[in-house]
Amino acid sequence: MSSVAQALADTAVVAKRNVIKIRRVPEVLTFVLISPIMFVLLFGYVFGNAIEVAGSSYREFLIAGIFAQTVMFGATFTGVGIAEDMEKGIINRFRSLPMAGSAVLAGRTASDVIYNVLSVAVMAITGLIVGWRIRGSFLDAVVAFGLILLFAYAVSWVMAYIALIVPSVEVINNASFMVIFPLSFIANTFVPVEDLPGPLQTFAEWNPVSTVTQAARELFGNIPPGAPQPDAWPLQNPVIYSLLWIVAAVAVFSTLAVRRYQRVTKN
Amino acid sequence: MEPAIEAVGLVKRFGDVTALSGLDLTVPEGTVLGVLGPNGAGKTTAVSILTTLLLPDEGSARVAGVDVLADPAEVRRRIGLSGQYAAVDEVLSGYENLEMIGRLYHLGKERARQRANELLERFDLTQAANRSVKGYSGGMRRRLDLAGALVAAPPVLFLDEPTTGLDPRSRLDLWEIIRELVTQGTTLLLTTQYLEEADHLADDIVVIDHGTAIARGTSDQLKAQVGGERISATLEDPTDTAAAIEALVPLAVGDIESGDPAGQLLVPISGGAAVLTDALRRLDAAGIGLRDVGLRRPTLDDVFLILTGHRAEEDAGPGGLAEGASADDTEAA
Ligand SMILES: Nc1ncnc2c1ncn2[C@@H]1O[C@H](COP(=O)(O)OP(=O)(O)OP(=O)(O)O)[C@@H](O)[C@H]1O
Ligand SMILES: [Mg+2]
Repeated sequence: MSSVAQALADTAVVAKRNVIKIRRVPEVLTFVLISPIMFVLLFGYVFGNAIEVAGSSYREFLIAGIFAQTVMFGATFTGVGIAEDMEKGIINRFRSLPMAGSAVLAGRTASDVIYNVLSVAVMAITGLIVGWRIRGSFLDAVVAFGLILLFAYAVSWVMAYIALIVPSVEVINNASFMVIFPLSFIANTFVPVEDLPGPLQTFAEWNPVSTVTQAARELFGNIPPGAPQPDAWPLQNPVIYSLLWIVAAVAVFSTLAVRRYQRVTKN
Repeated sequence: MEPAIEAVGLVKRFGDVTALSGLDLTVPEGTVLGVLGPNGAGKTTAVSILTTLLLPDEGSARVAGVDVLADPAEVRRRIGLSGQYAAVDEVLSGYENLEMIGRLYHLGKERARQRANELLERFDLTQAANRSVKGYSGGMRRRLDLAGALVAAPPVLFLDEPTTGLDPRSRLDLWEIIRELVTQGTTLLLTTQYLEEADHLADDIVVIDHGTAIARGTSDQLKAQVGGERISATLEDPTDTAAAIEALVPLAVGDIESGDPAGQLLVPISGGAAVLTDALRRLDAAGIGLRDVGLRRPTLDDVFLILTGHRAEEDAGPGGLAEGASADDTEAA
């Protein structure tokens, strides 16, 4: 077997182990699914009623942003999972086996896709209940959901790396939020980027949360007619820019994380 | 033939702590090396380096013909490890743990399944096979971890304190399994706190302290190194001590120790039970009564205490042997 095929096989074994754990400790899953519902309802009603948007409701406009933001919060589970594994005895077993070093991390980011799929499904259903509608084509909607899930996968790798550089499980959430909060709030999720002051506006325009949100809004047909065209290139080409960001983030952070993993307890 | 395990000049520092300070180890193929040492001696550190979990600051090592530093992945293919703390997944069942390990050794689905079942049987875990490890007792976990080390039937095995926490029956079972593996040609490096265990299982023993080997050899060689056989006698009347020494001097091969406690004699001899019989005759002829007498050989416990205690109290000579005396090792004449 080639080493790539070997690494994939090892990743599948680790992912299978994580899935068994999801099934056996369903409490975690419950929390994974409650927070997306809460986010849709909370943000949808707190902000959604505040502003009237001609043609469609502001709440409908918000939903895509809430999806993008929530899957990013959900990615913190990847970090927690990895940080926990690193503190448990099983990691010494993994490290003494002739398996690909990357498989422990890749297996985790892969199995966490299940969380993300379920979380997006739950949010979509909640959204539909509170009045959100998909107004674009079926295919566009599939692309939108796919993009959100790929984005979640990329953020999982960022969180995996963060989990390996922080010293313990206790601080992983704080460390993750230092990345997540700027990304989720300096974005077009709740306010138009044009309303932000200079440097923040630039940040928001190049922020993948903004571009994923913009792409999903367009694909779901949730942009009200007559809304102003964005000026920045990433927001004008949100699907392409988002995909580029996702590929780059996965490449960079998986490399960093795997390297870090291999070194972390060797010294 | 190249030894199965060979380490030269291993040095490992953790900040200010020097865990290993130039450790050499050699384990010929198909033999068992027992590594003894007090807490913090560096046993686990040495095992971790040899099993590629840790990089040494200095030194080199080869395991199963492969350089540990140059090709750690290949080393991992050829070894099994059961560390000091059980490395098993708490949420998975015993079967799932072993099957996963088999898959990660790339045994293939069918073989991994078969090995898992075989080992569960062998380690007496069949009944708990499908239960989550969380509900296992400490000893069951330990056994599962040992099974994990054997999944790929590796030619070289590292067991770090494998019987700590096992009940006497499980310990004997494990010894049995180990002896069987060694008969089939497995090379084993074993660390232990139980000298009895090293005595039973190890062909060679190395005693380490402060990260370096302070003694090595077979169990018999080490015992000889701290002193040979002795007659240990307790006189009925301590005032007979001088007379008893006079009677026994012709049999002694070294200085006779006496008076600690009063009425106690330790006579170094060579010749075993025949000499003991002779000694009894002489004491009888001299009219000296005995409360207790026996032939006593040093145990590995003596070796351990003397060798590792030496640094703490520079002049605790072989006299310390008396303190280690225990009924088990005293054969009545
Ligand atoms: N990761 C680490 N960081 C700092 N110090 C360490 C680390 N690992 C080991 N040490 C130190 O290195 C020394 C040797 O430790 P090691 O675990 O090898 O001893 P040991 O012989 O296995 O002891 P025990 O019988 O208690 O298991 C100890 O002083 C220990 O405190
Ligand atoms: Mg140890």
